[in-house]
Formats: sequence, structure tokens, C-alpha cells
Amino acid sequence: MRRSSLSRKIFVFCNTVFLVTVALLCLLPLINLLAISFSGKSAANSGIVTFWPVDFTPLAYIKTFGNNNFVRSMGIALLRTSLGTLLSMFVITTAGYALSKEFRGRTVLMWFFVFTMLFSGGLIPSYMVNTSLGLKNNFLVYILPGAFGCYNLILIMNFFKSIPKALEEAALIDGASFFTVLRKIYLPLSKAGLATVALFIMVGNWNEWFTGILYMSDTKNYPLASFLQVIVVQGNKQDLALDPASATAMSERTIKAAQVFIGALPILLVYPFLQKYFVKGIVMGAVKE
Amino acid sequence: MKKGRTGPNRIARKSWKQEIRHSWPLYLLIAPAFVFAVIFCYAPMGGLIMAFQNYKPWLGITGSEFVGLNNFKQIFEFQESYQAIINTVIIAVSKIILGLIVPIIMALLLNEVKNVGLKKGIQTLVYLPHFLSWVTVAGMLRDILGMDGIVNSLLKNFGVEPIFFLGEAGMFRQIVVISDLWKGFGFGMIVYLAAISNIDQSLYEAAEMDGANRLQQTLHITIPGIMPMIIVMATLSLGNVLNAGFDQIYNLYSPLTYSTGDIIDTYVYRQSLVNGQYSFGTAVGLFKSGIGLILTVISYRIAYKVAGYRIF
Repeated sequence: MRRSSLSRKIFVFCNTVFLVTVALLCLLPLINLLAISFSGKSAANSGIVTFWPVDFTPLAYIKTFGNNNFVRSMGIALLRTSLGTLLSMFVITTAGYALSKEFRGRTVLMWFFVFTMLFSGGLIPSYMVNTSLGLKNNFLVYILPGAFGCYNLILIMNFFKSIPKALEEAALIDGASFFTVLRKIYLPLSKAGLATVALFIMVGNWNEWFTGILYMSDTKNYPLASFLQVIVVQGNKQDLALDPASATAMSERTIKAAQVFIGALPILLVYPFLQKYFVKGIVMGAVKE
Repeated sequence: MKKGRTGPNRIARKSWKQEIRHSWPLYLLIAPAFVFAVIFCYAPMGGLIMAFQNYKPWLGITGSEFVGLNNFKQIFEFQESYQAIINTVIIAVSKIILGLIVPIIMALLLNEVKNVGLKKGIQTLVYLPHFLSWVTVAGMLRDILGMDGIVNSLLKNFGVEPIFFLGEAGMFRQIVVISDLWKGFGFGMIVYLAAISNIDQSLYEAAEMDGANRLQQTLHITIPGIMPMIIVMATLSLGNVLNAGFDQIYNLYSPLTYSTGDIIDTYVYRQSLVNGQYSFGTAVGLFKSGIGLILTVISYRIAYKVAGYRIF
């Protein structure tokens, strides 16, 4: 090994400082948000809170969880996320397995699916189709239109392709059906890959906010993401449910911060699991031989 | 010639009857995805016919009058839609260029960090923003850039009057591009880090023997080593020239910033679903996805020719 020169040492030092600063920049906005959400009214409103709460109080969280609209939208978000992920996984795992095999018509079918990635009818035609299917003001609009996604299908197909063919051939010769092979060989062997895709879909479902705004006439049927969009972006004060009594004790700003943070919390919680696998998944999806 | 079709060829080319007897479970397994794709992806494409009509909801698609390419002509006649296209291209191209260069530089710098724990820690933090929704990020940005936000408090120390950043048309594009970079650069880095780790280590050892320093090694081994990946990412991003990011812009813009920040997607949304001009909105949308399709197909072809990249 070469001994590092002085200029190399200086570079390594500056590089480390730079990268750590950049990494902190990715986290600090969230810390700032958290600090504000736990701060007192006057401190938050005067803008002196940076990365540590001033006049610590959990009032904003107590108030938020006491707000029925907020809690309901959270329930809707949980329900749509779990059902949506399950359906999506079913649709793309079955198709992904079949498309990882060779059979007649495979190429045509593959192009049929890939084309959905390249071109779409766009906002209004989709809106018309979904509306004519009776999905307006219908909970199913959160689940059905997004169930199939070609990108995830290709990811899963590639996971399945990497499983040695010999296993399947042996099972087929022993008289197992394709269904058994999928259930008994492919699913267990690609647990990690499937979990990654499922987590991706979960995050996507949890974060999705536009469907609620577009298809629901009543904000009561909004999932959390849409609910937050209305409060934080459109500045709707009604759904903050800030009665005069509590308005004197805390500020709109702390409540908004608390709600945004709660909205991001599930993502932060699954993130460690997600990070463990997604690097492999992304690389597999993006780079293939 | 017919005699030639024996051996492996005959196994590969079964008749449809045999194929169905053998592979029917595979077709069955594809059926759900097929049905979903037909209903939610292909059926809306049929609705694109509205772009060539003067669609009236009470007449329906079958009853509405056809107007040829009129709606498309209007795209360039209206100041607003024309401006939206310009804004889209400026924002999207800026995002593409920065989104290409910054992750490469960050990946090269991170590669110089030899402490595994530190490297992992940095990676964990920079990937995180990618997974937050734009509603969350917009919520944070609105607070941080607000009149009492942390940026204005900082500026106050230097005697600068508070600025309403998100209301300034002149700053909107910069805010959009930078916040998009903040959210996405870490994730964009992944493919380059993977490409770097795939480079043959013996190349570095040989270079070291020849007395090459780290900078020379980076310039002559690492960068050429990840070049195919850079080319693939660059060509694939071509398809995004008209994708400026609806989720982000919709959550950050306001009438104050329409002049610089209104993009095709937000314009389509306002014109059609808010103002009821369904046909015009559909035409603008089709204009966008049509060009997007052409660019994507071209980019896939280039990526395949130059770097052997295939979608499936």
C-alpha cells in the first residue's frame, strides 16, 4: 500500500466534511419540522425554532389525535395501503412468474405490458373511464386503477428469472403443476425480492394523494395524504379542527408540522427494512445483461 | 426445409393446441394483469379520441362533434398553454441535467470514503428523501421557506427583509429544481455506486503499481468503468423532457407563480377538470404523451445500440 500524501489527507478530510454536511442537509428539514411540532405557540410563530423544540409541549399531537377527521383519514390510508398492496402483489406476482417462462405469445404479451409504461391515455380519459366504472366516490378507486404496474412486474419477473431452472424442471417432471411450482418453489425462494417490491408499493400507496382529491367529493373519504394536501397546501383551516380554546394555546404552524410529521412517520418506520433490500432491487431492475 | 425442423426446433415450435395444453396455467396466471391493463391502461387510450372532438359531457364520446386538429392548433395559440410548454421544458431539462451530473459526482466522492460505517451512514441519510411524498416535502418547504421559516430567520441575521420565496415567480423554477435534486440525488446515486463496485479491482492494483494516484485512477479507471451506465441513464432520461413533475409543482405553485411554474400537467388539470374544457385538456395531454412516447422509443433504441440496454 502506498502511504497517503499530505494532499490526499487534505482531500479525504474535506471530502468527509462535505459528504457529512450533505447527508445532514437531507435530514435537517425533518428535524426542523419535528422541533416545530413540539414547540410552544409563541416560539413557533416567531420563527426561533431550529432543530430543538422551544417551550416543549406535545399539545399539537394530542390535538391531532383528538381530531376525528385526521384519525379517520389515517384509517382509510392504512386500509387502502394494505388492500392495495395485497392486490398489486397478487396481480404482478402471478403475471411475473408466468412471464419469466418461455411460451408462445410471450413476446407479444410482454410488449403489450411494456407499452403501458411508454404511453398512457392521460388524466381526463382515465378519469372518464374510472367514473363510468362507478369508481367516483367509491373506496375501490384507491385500489383498482393502480393495482397493475409494469415496472414492478418487470422487477418481479427478473427476480424469478434468476432462480435456477433445474428446480422447476425437476418439480414439473415429478408431476407438480405450474401453480404448485410458483407457491412451493418460487415464492419461498424470492421472499426478499418480493418484500422489497411490496414495500415499494406500500410506500407508493401511502404517499398517493391525488386520487382522493380527484374522485372524492367529501373530504371525509380522503386518505391521510390527501387530507394533508388539503390542510398543508390548500390551507384549509376547517379540517384542522382548531377550536378557539386550543387556538390560544397552540399555533396552526405546530399542528401542521405535527400532522406532516405523522404522515411521514410510517415511511420512516419501514425505511430501515426498505433500505436493506432496495439497492439490490433497483440495480436488478435497472441493469440487466 | 421441412425435414430440418426436428430436434430442438420442434420442441420450441409447438402448435397452438399443444402449447395451450401445456401452458394454459401460464396464460391463466397472466389473466389478472391482462384484465387490469386493458381496463385501466388501454381503455383510457380509447378516450383520447376526445382530443379530436368538441366533447360535451351530455353528448358523450359517440355524440360529440369532430373538429379535427383544432384543439391542437389552439395549444400554440393560447399564451397560457404555450407558456406551460416552455416552463415544462425548462424545468424538466434542468432537472435532467442536474439529476444526471450530481449523482455521478456524489457517487465518485462517496467512493473515496473508506470507512464502511461512515459510508453506510451517509447513504442511509441521502436515500431517505426519495421515499417521502411530495405532500410531505411541500409541507416542509412551505414552512422552511415561509415568512417565519428558518431560511428567513437566518437571513434576518444578515439584515435581509423576509422574502415570500414561494410567491416569487423569479425564484420558483430554482426552488423546484433544487428541491427535486434534494429529494432524488441520493437515490440516483445507487446505480453508479453499484457500477463502481462492479469494476475489476485488479485494474486499480495495476494502476497503483504504475504509480497512478487516486485522481488518475478515478479519471482513467472509475469513470470509464461507469461510462456505459452514464450513457444508459442519460439516454433514458431523454423520455422525461416533458415530465416536469406534477406532484411537486401542484403542491408548491400558486397563481403568483403560474407565469414561470405552470407546467403541461398542471395546466391540463386546471383546464379540464376545473374549467371543464375536456377536449382541449385531452389534446394537450396527448401532445405531451405523444412526444414522450417518441422520445422514449428513441432513447431506448440509443441505449440498446450504445450500451446493450434492454427493458426486458
